[in-house]
Amino acid sequence: MMTGAQALVAALKKQNVNTIFGYPGVAICSFYDELSTSGIRHILVRQEQNSGHAASGYARITGRPAVCVATSGPGAVNLITALATAYMDSIPLIAITGQVSTDLLGRDVFQEADITGAAEPFTKYSYLVKNPAEIPRIIDEAFYIAESGRPGPVLIDLPIDIQTAEFDPAAAQVARHLPGYRPTTKGHPGQIKRVVAAIAEAKRPLVCIGGGVIAANAQTELQTFCETAGLPAVATMMGIGAMPTAHVNYFGMLGTHGKPYANYAVKQADLLIIIGARVGDRAVSAPHSLEGHAKIVHIDIDPAEIGKNLGTTIPLVGDAKTVLAQLTEAGAQANCGEWMDDLDDQRRLFRPDFDHRHDGSINPKVFLRSVSMSMEDDSILVCDVGQNQSWAAGNVLMRGGKFLTSGGMGTMGYSIPAAIGAKLADPGRQVVAVCGDGSFQMSMCELATAVQHHVPIKIIVINNHSLGMVLEHQDLCYKGNRYAVELGSSPDITALAAACGLQAQRIAKADQCAEAIDRLLEADGPALLECVISPEETTP
Amino acid sequence: MKRTISVLVENKAGVLSRVSGLFARRGFNINSLAVGETEDPAISRMTIVSEGDEHTIEQVEKQLNKMIDTLKIKLLEDGSSTRRELILIKVEADTSTRGEVIDIARVFGAKVVDISATTLTVEHSDRPERIDLLVDLLRPYRIQEIARTGTVALEKGCGTIGYKNK
Repeated sequence: MMTGAQALVAALKKQNVNTIFGYPGVAICSFYDELSTSGIRHILVRQEQNSGHAASGYARITGRPAVCVATSGPGAVNLITALATAYMDSIPLIAITGQVSTDLLGRDVFQEADITGAAEPFTKYSYLVKNPAEIPRIIDEAFYIAESGRPGPVLIDLPIDIQTAEFDPAAAQVARHLPGYRPTTKGHPGQIKRVVAAIAEAKRPLVCIGGGVIAANAQTELQTFCETAGLPAVATMMGIGAMPTAHVNYFGMLGTHGKPYANYAVKQADLLIIIGARVGDRAVSAPHSLEGHAKIVHIDIDPAEIGKNLGTTIPLVGDAKTVLAQLTEAGAQANCGEWMDDLDDQRRLFRPDFDHRHDGSINPKVFLRSVSMSMEDDSILVCDVGQNQSWAAGNVLMRGGKFLTSGGMGTMGYSIPAAIGAKLADPGRQVVAVCGDGSFQMSMCELATAVQHHVPIKIIVINNHSLGMVLEHQDLCYKGNRYAVELGSSPDITALAAACGLQAQRIAKADQCAEAIDRLLEADGPALLECVISPEETTP
Repeated sequence: MKRTISVLVENKAGVLSRVSGLFARRGFNINSLAVGETEDPAISRMTIVSEGDEHTIEQVEKQLNKMIDTLKIKLLEDGSSTRRELILIKVEADTSTRGEVIDIARVFGAKVVDISATTLTVEHSDRPERIDLLVDLLRPYRIQEIARTGTVALEKGCGTIGYKNK
């Protein structure tokens, strides 16, 4: 005989899970009891939401679903923000939540919450387990659903009596039963031909790279496609890093906080080839305005994304990796030398704000560019949400590493836990988290996690003592009525980090940057660099 | 425009809530929704009547298709499908009006299934437009209560939704 908790641990091991991020509680204790002797490493976060973000960072590096665990009630509900964040950005997660005993379900007992109901809009699928013999099948299905097709989070709610209940392993359900789930991966050959023809006809074609390219691990196929076909490309925030920043065919990030030459390219294009992007409002604020002057090719693994926000001329359902290889193989070839020259001029004419500040204070754009140039080529940069995100997205030089952020949901506090997850997924790679003082304070409890579990992440806090992005918005749209955006001078972030056991330093002058960045990146353990800037530093 | 969507889903807990949640979340209209078991007890058929422009209906179809529990989906055209709805109407009827109500029911081919000193209950199954008409005609007699099932529909002829459980 075997218990539900034993079946769960065995099923996770079968999926080669070796790290779990979680926070225990009474309703999940039977699982933790089994976990203690399983050989699976458990990373104890300080708040459940961060177990989800850490798992997200882990999954984005390994490319496989990562596991986060919480107890019933508040533990499970705290996970929701992380699930929503992962769902928006199509990150494969397995969330396991404890639940009250099945005989008490629905009676509003202590720490009971309908988590499958509450998380429904933010999960690709969810299970409420009512029979321990289902566990092997459910875990297998959950991993398959989370990582196949368009990836996303899957939640498994496990009542405590199911964890302790015994069943005969011979009676276990093992066969996957998902008759309604058949994701398409290969592009339709007819549509591939139409795309190739459209590329040949276009005068001003443009590739728009979304997060789907990275989710499909199709960076190589993308570069080959753009180079072979001679196509210029721009990226959404989620697509940053798919092409090296300095690639001749690459024209930066588009959108509200994007490069003017990238937006120029989108506006002027007569053929847009969108790959793995949702055409969200931050990327293209008025998508329908494009339909008139450009043919739209939309390539996505999720058919429901095609035509959702933008009318499509040629829909192409499939996995980015497969479809890009198919397009190259089909001989896609653009004739747009003039257009490339035009874009090149636009790019050359753009003057980024890398200006020296007269008071000797730090220009965050220059600072973040320097950080990225000091980082190793294959390193991982995790940025948070707010001005720091735009500064990072616009100014880091990607050279084959990864750029992680909460793109769709814009969840503050993502960077530190996600960096912990990313570092644990690939300890050999440098991992730097960039956050503002606002986003830092949303997950500063995780400094202790990094120290306790010896996760040598490097954290940069750009401290302007305010919620800069909101402040800027109030300046622009609310007649400068700055309200509820000042964070004041508490806490002393450097002292706080030191108290948690990180090597911490603070700088406020431009001439201190180079040395401080070196010291940060060379630190043995987890380290933090607080970079104080003026609250008047603007996003563009 | 009203469209009838036939959806085969796995017959298990939570599916109805997932479907209705999807409609609410994405701002799709549900005019009616009827669910029941099919010839295969593992499969339920939902017949959803939704209103929206072409783009919205396409999105409804795609979002429903995306659901893990959805097995097959088909838009049913009015001309090529048999659509039916069942209604129970309790209408005021005393000795002076009872005959008139019974006459109306008879014209529709409806059945009188219950009677009291002051009411009649009429049962009728028909195309949804005809059901609406029956309601309109009975309204002057003061309707006490109505229960409608929502539309169910099947394709005409030998065509089916085209799904077989393996």
